[in-house]
Amino acid sequence: MGLLAHFQKWLTENGVPHWASYVVPALAGIIVALLFLFAMIIVFIYLERRGLGRFQIRPGPNRAGPFGILQAFADFIKVLTKEDITPTAADMPVHFLAPVVAFFSAIMILAVIPIQRNAFITNLNIGILYVSAISSLGVIAIFMAGFGSCNKYSLIAAMRGVAQLISYEVPVLLAIAGVLLISGSLAMRDIVSSQNIPFILLQPLGFLIFFAGVASELNRSPFDLMEAESEIITGYHIEYSGMKFALFYLGEYGHMVVASAVMTTLYLSGWKGPVLPAALWFIIKMILVFLVFLWLRATMPRIRVDQLMSLAWKFLLPLGLLNLFITAAEVLWQDNMGWKQFPWPFVFLNLGLAAIFIIIGSKLLFKTGGGRVEV
Amino acid sequence: MVLKAEPMLISMGPHHPSTHGVFRMRLVLDGEVIIDAEPMVGYLHRGIEKLAETRTYTQVIPLTDRLDYLGSMTNNWAYVLAVEKLASIKVPERAEYLRVIMGELMRISSHLMAVGFLGNELGCTFTPLLYMFREREKIMDFFEMVCGQRLTYNYMRIGGLSHDIPEEFLPAVKKFVAEMPHYIDEYEQLLSENEIFLARTKGVGILPQELAISSSVTGPVLRASGMRWDLRKADPYSIYDRFEFDIPTGKVSDVYDRYLVRIQEMRQSVRILEQAIKQLPPGEARAKVPLLLRPPVGEAYAHIEAPKGELGFYLVSDGSIAPYRCRIRAPSFTNITALRDMLIGWKIADAVVIFGSIDIVLGEVDR
Repeated sequence: MGLLAHFQKWLTENGVPHWASYVVPALAGIIVALLFLFAMIIVFIYLERRGLGRFQIRPGPNRAGPFGILQAFADFIKVLTKEDITPTAADMPVHFLAPVVAFFSAIMILAVIPIQRNAFITNLNIGILYVSAISSLGVIAIFMAGFGSCNKYSLIAAMRGVAQLISYEVPVLLAIAGVLLISGSLAMRDIVSSQNIPFILLQPLGFLIFFAGVASELNRSPFDLMEAESEIITGYHIEYSGMKFALFYLGEYGHMVVASAVMTTLYLSGWKGPVLPAALWFIIKMILVFLVFLWLRATMPRIRVDQLMSLAWKFLLPLGLLNLFITAAEVLWQDNMGWKQFPWPFVFLNLGLAAIFIIIGSKLLFKTGGGRVEV
Repeated sequence: MVLKAEPMLISMGPHHPSTHGVFRMRLVLDGEVIIDAEPMVGYLHRGIEKLAETRTYTQVIPLTDRLDYLGSMTNNWAYVLAVEKLASIKVPERAEYLRVIMGELMRISSHLMAVGFLGNELGCTFTPLLYMFREREKIMDFFEMVCGQRLTYNYMRIGGLSHDIPEEFLPAVKKFVAEMPHYIDEYEQLLSENEIFLARTKGVGILPQELAISSSVTGPVLRASGMRWDLRKADPYSIYDRFEFDIPTGKVSDVYDRYLVRIQEMRQSVRILEQAIKQLPPGEARAKVPLLLRPPVGEAYAHIEAPKGELGFYLVSDGSIAPYRCRIRAPSFTNITALRDMLIGWKIADAVVIFGSIDIVLGEVDR
């Protein structure tokens, strides 16, 4: 039973009307989830800007507040006071709703994230299914923005975005299936409780596929084709300014927060950890995941759209299928031997297999360079 | 149902973050593929060639700073070389060596920017660029020492240089020359073996050697196509015949080769700097030239190997204090004539990369 259910029970026992015992906990849950999301977004933005500065031998923002921690607030005030411009030729309702969709899909996922033993709003028994369904909503926002802006660059970004999401959803779900086979449950909480060994060790190949896929869905470097500043000038939000732009910005980092949380839950054994409180462990792991994203962003150039597609279909998909097959075989083996949990030797076996598959795959399945089309 | 499909026309620039200023490409796209491209120039035209006719020979030097603003020293040099040829002025030995030192420092600085912005166009979020800015800062500090300016130096004079170098200049450059190979290794570690960098640049934007020659492309772009053509060796001006250095060339003539040629040219420039500092003789840094120079009636063309290619100045004198005609052969302008052939068939993402690999500066294209 979740915290909110306890709260609701407590309210009913203390004579609160029946309808209010539903409304009050729901509102409380939404507020807590939103506050958590905003706090984490601010932490991530700060880390991103300062960290990127460190990677690039410059100090990063250091003027607003001690060590520049108030920079995000300063930016927010600036963006709020900007003029909100809508192009005359824009499709008004679509153009207006796109940033809202972008942001709310991030909040919705947060409902089922188990930050400690319980989730924010509810411990849904099909948690991961819900997450993968809602996370696909983000691309609708991108398509709406790109299509509704009536701008050619935005349109290119929208087309790229849809193609990218459709391609990368497949390997991501295959990687998640590997986790589900071992944990035997779709509920986020049970996935964490079944991780005596973090799944990143049992599923190294799956983790890498998931990581690449999520980086692509999040539109993070090296897969940030939808906003590619040097090619299509930040793509889908080229025509947005003021608060609408801020919502896109928040939505992007909101999705980062949520993706780090999902990754922590699926692969890094969630809230588990010695000494420190559970929620703190969860946040630390989220930040670690984010720092890896940041590291990649600071190092890697962007890949091209056709290479992105061939990476998904020719490299990640075959490896994802292989990973699923091997995991299934191992689970079957475990069941036949009657082991209660996965033994440690499997860790080394899987790490070895992952290395072999990636090396063979990169030599045979995926070719880079060239790519001219005869016209 | 039959879908009605037609190519999309997109005007990339003049306001676009990757067009190095106000360049405009009119692209016809089929999805993401470029089926036609047309480079459009002229947004930064200031009429420098015409302005030169209204100024005395010395007053033209600051105008040349504004051509290729990432290579002001070499612009100065090409111009004063033309005037010296026109008026048959002998330049002191020390000035020649100092000009070589400045020119090679400028080449390193310009190539750093070329490679750094190429990284940016590939989507590197500024990281390689900012590492290269670190070394460019040092070079700009050297130039600030000698002439007080950081971008438009106006340092060369007809018959030499405006000042001799200050005391602290040589030790600082020596230190820089000793450190620079290590920094170049650092850039190569970041980029040369980067899988995504290779995927984006290898085999992309091939310019066949015949096409390069027939469109009179010069500089690193020509050398990347395998042609061993460098005016420092082919038609040695100043004192370049005294130094030992190689001309790096490419094989495939793709974006990656252009990148590698620039990286190797920086190493060669460091070699030249080492020798020039060692051989630098004492003496005057400027010959005695009258302030209002009146060259004899005639004409002269002088060209140098600027960082971006062959930079030439053609001057006609009518015996007055101002040139009768000044024509600039700008490498950036000539090099982008081959752009269309390189672009067709590639994607939008490649367009900015191929364009960046030519390394143009709009100040020089439009003059």
